[in-house]
Amino acid sequence: MTTATHGRVPAVSDAFYEVLEETACQAYVMALKDIPPDVRRGLAHAVERESSERAVAVMRTMLEAIELGDRDMLVCQDTGIPIYWVRIGTAAFVDGDRIRQAIETGVRRATLETPFRSSIVHPVERVNRQDSTGEGIPVLHFDFEPGIGHLSLLMMPKGSGSENWSFLRMLVPADGDEAIRSFALQAVVEAGGRACPPLVVGIGLGGSSDQCVSLAKIATARPVGQRHPDPKVAAFEEALLEDINTLGIGPQGLGGDTTALDVHVERAWTHNSMNPVAVNMQCWRGERRRARIAYDDLSVDWGYWW
Amino acid sequence: MVIELTTPLTEEVVRELRVGDQVAISGTVWGLRDATLIHWQRQGFEFPVDMREAVVLHTQPNVRREGNRWLPVCVGTTTSQRMDRFTRPLLERYRIRAILGKGGLSPDSARAMAEHGSVYLAVIGGAASVETLQIEEIEAVYWEHLMPECLWCFRVRHLGPLFVAIDARGANLHQEVAAEAQRRLEGLTASAGGDRQTAAKAGARP
Repeated sequence: MTTATHGRVPAVSDAFYEVLEETACQAYVMALKDIPPDVRRGLAHAVERESSERAVAVMRTMLEAIELGDRDMLVCQDTGIPIYWVRIGTAAFVDGDRIRQAIETGVRRATLETPFRSSIVHPVERVNRQDSTGEGIPVLHFDFEPGIGHLSLLMMPKGSGSENWSFLRMLVPADGDEAIRSFALQAVVEAGGRACPPLVVGIGLGGSSDQCVSLAKIATARPVGQRHPDPKVAAFEEALLEDINTLGIGPQGLGGDTTALDVHVERAWTHNSMNPVAVNMQCWRGERRRARIAYDDLSVDWGYWW
Repeated sequence: MVIELTTPLTEEVVRELRVGDQVAISGTVWGLRDATLIHWQRQGFEFPVDMREAVVLHTQPNVRREGNRWLPVCVGTTTSQRMDRFTRPLLERYRIRAILGKGGLSPDSARAMAEHGSVYLAVIGGAASVETLQIEEIEAVYWEHLMPECLWCFRVRHLGPLFVAIDARGANLHQEVAAEAQRRLEGLTASAGGDRQTAAKAGARP
């Protein structure tokens, strides 16, 4: 309910939700076909530096697969768990329930109209609705942008190959930050070739346990080569990337210098008796797409990050 | 150099392959995955077709129906680890000559491959667009009720690049790389606070 104390803002038109549904649908399909430019640059750069001939051959095949995506093919058969981060500008009133419905319908349409495989099943019965939806799926995260006149969404189709290698540890404060580094390195070694390297390694620090894992996930969506704004964290990311790339796991775990394309850390403050760390990994494709829908003219601006 | 293989693969040809060799396959490759193999186990380890000395691929394809045929939309390779436990039974029952997958198989599977004369060929995971164009036709589909985790019969042409990651002597490339990574990890974490810490950028803190 809009009240005088909160100020009165105009509500978006019904057409907004239609545009949102279409945008959520397109974002899913585009994420599967159009690999982000920062990931392409990261891979191309890695090919130049790589000393293993086999690793170069593997990454050249990856670049070839990306080019086929530009010719309207799905790059990977795993169309993933659909995840959307939504940032609602507060310059207009938007109905949250209708946002949820529009995105769900968009996911369903992307799956049935493209068409592509639905990988979403009941966790016990393993029943598949064949439309990439289910209880709690698509995964939706909501946030707000004060006074902003648009809604932004960031879509990530998360494949199981990398998602199956997700880690959380509730370290204690006395473990310090060295334990954070060790835990991240151990996670990368444990995943080995199975998480589909070269990876983008996302590290969540602090918060509550669920928040920590969530931070690790959004960290994997930050563009390759983009550093954390805090210079100390940025230096940690660079040092850890260097360490990971001395492990020799290489593309697909077949050996080489390129195990990760980047390492990203996201953090929240935490309890004074907690020191949680989470590691989430994104496979070499780094699939994601961002769209921004203006409340006034319903125009859609496309990108790859906020 | 790329070694071109054509199915059916003989034990003799398979035993010549060495870890690290780059190969490509033409002929018949059978697609299967988690649910396919769970179902196979429930059926008393019987497939509805003769799979003796076949080549199998760990996959769950995106397909579309046209008339009574299935056409490939996007066919890629999935993580083999989940199906690892079925490797030995598959080799014992059918003497499967090659398993195509990604991410590698366990030491026990490598031993089974040495015993039965079989290889594990690593596909470039995630590069399904490349793989899809190498599939000429979906020749048959069995156990359609498991869609999309059915038993798929693909006719392929120059499927690859594939890298021999377990050979018929039991050498296991993924395991070798993992063991070396573990050794290097111990070096990296043991030297914390010492050389490594100073080598890392000054002021680096999460």
